Amino acid sequence: MKLDAMIKLQHVDVTFNQQHRTVKAVRDVSLTVNRGDIYGIVGYSGAGKSTLVRVINRLQEPTAGQVEVNGQNMLALTNKQLRHARTKIGMIFQHFNLMNQRTIADNVAYPLKGSGLDKAAREAKVAHLLELVGLADQAQGYPAQLSGGQKQRVAIARALANDPEVLISDEATSALDPKTTGAILALLKELNEQLGVTIVLITHEMDAVKEICNKVAVMEDGQIIERGSLLQIFSQPKQPLTKDFINTSTQVNQAIEKISQQALTLSDTQRLIHLEYVGTAADAPLITELYKRYGVVSNILYGNVEILQGTPLGNLIVVMTGDQANLDDALNYCQQQQIHVSPVKLKQEVAQ
Amino acid sequence: MNWFAHYFPNVVTMKADFVTATGETLYMVAITAIVAGVIGMAMGITLVVTAPGGILANRLVYNLLDKLVNLFRSIPFVILLAVIAPVTRLIVGTAIGTTAAIVPLIVGAAPFYARQVQNALVEVDRGIIEAAQAVGSGPVALVFRVYLRESCSELIRVSVVTLISIIDLTAMAGAVGGGGLGNLAIIIGYDRFETDVTVMALIIILALVFLVQMIGDWLARRTNHA
Repeated sequence: MKLDAMIKLQHVDVTFNQQHRTVKAVRDVSLTVNRGDIYGIVGYSGAGKSTLVRVINRLQEPTAGQVEVNGQNMLALTNKQLRHARTKIGMIFQHFNLMNQRTIADNVAYPLKGSGLDKAAREAKVAHLLELVGLADQAQGYPAQLSGGQKQRVAIARALANDPEVLISDEATSALDPKTTGAILALLKELNEQLGVTIVLITHEMDAVKEICNKVAVMEDGQIIERGSLLQIFSQPKQPLTKDFINTSTQVNQAIEKISQQALTLSDTQRLIHLEYVGTAADAPLITELYKRYGVVSNILYGNVEILQGTPLGNLIVVMTGDQANLDDALNYCQQQQIHVSPVKLKQEVAQ
Repeated sequence: MNWFAHYFPNVVTMKADFVTATGETLYMVAITAIVAGVIGMAMGITLVVTAPGGILANRLVYNLLDKLVNLFRSIPFVILLAVIAPVTRLIVGTAIGTTAAIVPLIVGAAPFYARQVQNALVEVDRGIIEAAQAVGSGPVALVFRVYLRESCSELIRVSVVTLISIIDLTAMAGAVGGGGLGNLAIIIGYDRFETDVTVMALIIILALVFLVQMIGDWLARRTNHA
């Protein structure tokens, strides 16, 4: 059995000394990514995500801390050893960073020089990689002739040229339209499953994480403020920022905003409730039960079910109508059924 | 050829001189272009890689070279010719003549080309350099396989600018004893009031410049795939 931990960062600090101030871009971050993981790192711009992942292949030197990739202490390497280690860590970028003056095939072949393969073997490899990303027919074209999604595919082929064990994706889908984003994410997932390559995916879009990641870390202000399995993070977010990311992704935030705009007035016998449920709880006929048991009528204003890693995760915003005691009983019943209940605050109320 | 003899009476009698002078100009341009090209290219690359944030950032080397280039770029060429005459004498043995003119030409052209090369290379997207570093490229590969390759078209363009500037400088060097078309235009044409000689020298120089510009533009277009 090989080492389980593919990437191990311990107490990493990155500090930039600018002219009049020091900026702590990454503060005491420890992170372990296991072999085969697709690890999402989410945060707004400026949170330090890009700086953090650049520490993995030492494009960014850490100010303090330990960096291990596949059991190798990255900080102890000589320049030459580091260059070799980097061939095993592929990286793709938001703006693709292809060489404009080289053909598509030359771009993919670029990392292969000095790999010990002869010309014929290199050409075969390039052809295979372009096949893998679905661009075999474009080999002799130039990057300027490709669309954004196609450019990112070329960049992925280039990143895979030396059969890396790790692939770092730095906002790789952020410059792409939603449909292309989906296609690129699907390709990454496929590579993860077929080649077993471990992926670290930085993004500011929770949707991308939801699509393919099995683990998530949320970064804010240079620190990881919350981490866990995808399902854990989505079903029980603890930090406000995490909740914000998730509610944006499940569109609960947008729904609340819309409901707020409709100038909904609630009487004493009505309550606006947000219900969240995970897994088997999603199967029970809840709304019917509430009516049968407590005479509480639920009017669904918004509903959404996500399937994360094969487990359903549901969000409902409902107006429950019934007398006070029954409403309390109904909400207690929900909680007994492992359903997370929270009263919804309309936007105007928040403002007041 | 009657009209030619009519408008260029002195040129007709000086055919051999024109051939020699054109040869001298081409000789000065060629040697200067090769030597200043190599020196300027090396200096330009060094400026880019040692600049703050460059792949081999080195404040001392960068500042030194940067100031040196600025210094030599600030000296008017006519004065440079005079100032470095002792150095020329030391290298060539004389400060007068076509070969002697090449020394100040190189000193004048190399820093100019260095700045042009620097400007061409910094145009290469930082992200492309980073992507190459991420796949394990070292400084040598970054310079030769990324910087020079990616800016090839731009380098051709700035080389044309430099080459034309060298042709310009040779004319000035010619005026102070370097020989060539500049010499012919000033010493014979201007000083002896043989205006047709000046005009003919100018026509040949312009033809050279246009030719260089045309070939350069064509090459730059052909090599650019961006």
